[in-house]
Amino acid sequence: MIRVVVDREPIDVAAELALIEREGAGAVASFTGLVRADAGAEGAVETLELEHYPGATEAALRTLADEAVTRWSLAGATIVHRVGPMRAGERIVFVGTAAPHRGAALDACAFLIDRLKTDAPFWKREVRGGHGTWVEARDTDEVAARRW
Amino acid sequence: MAVRMLYFAWVRERVGCGEELVEPPAGVTTVAQLVDWLAMRSDGHAQAFADRGRLRAAVDQAFVPLDTAFGSAGEVAIFPPVTGG
Repeated sequence: MIRVVVDREPIDVAAELALIEREGAGAVASFTGLVRADAGAEGAVETLELEHYPGATEAALRTLADEAVTRWSLAGATIVHRVGPMRAGERIVFVGTAAPHRGAALDACAFLIDRLKTDAPFWKREVRGGHGTWVEARDTDEVAARRW
Repeated sequence: MAVRMLYFAWVRERVGCGEELVEPPAGVTTVAQLVDWLAMRSDGHAQAFADRGRLRAAVDQAFVPLDTAFGSAGEVAIFPPVTGG
């Protein structure tokens, strides 16, 4: 089963885990990404806004999930990504994978979050002190995605 | 032929809209040439497209390098490098 969701609503991790556990696999791995408070020189992040490319974003996530399912013979893969405004501590993304054994589940989960960062059209804007800044892409994300 | 342009993130902000319908002239065949041509439309377009190294593109929702010919595509998107996850 492949489940891809891009939504403005908060992510219910317990519900997502319960769904993927129903695949009947022996191993479920998951990753949850949260909005960092990041109190740097410019102050703490008040709001993080996520923009996406409706249609193309969902298609890119589905392509990644398909690739993971084929490559690691997964019983299931879930990608849930939130869009719109969110606050520090809230969940941005959830990735879940189900496989017969832990190795495949863990590797596929790392693959999905690494490649999501470089292959799926999302853009982050941080608001600090009422002032918004678009987040720059990081070279380390490219390196992480290329190892797969 | 009309092409539906889509802009995202700071490209959208600088251009001043997220979407516009354009009719590129015959000599404009690649996404890079399309960007050159669009840059002449307004100061906002020129600003959005000034730094080619920071622009990415999709033709009919498929990610492509800027030197790709867009052919008879109905939709071309221009945006910064992605930052999701």
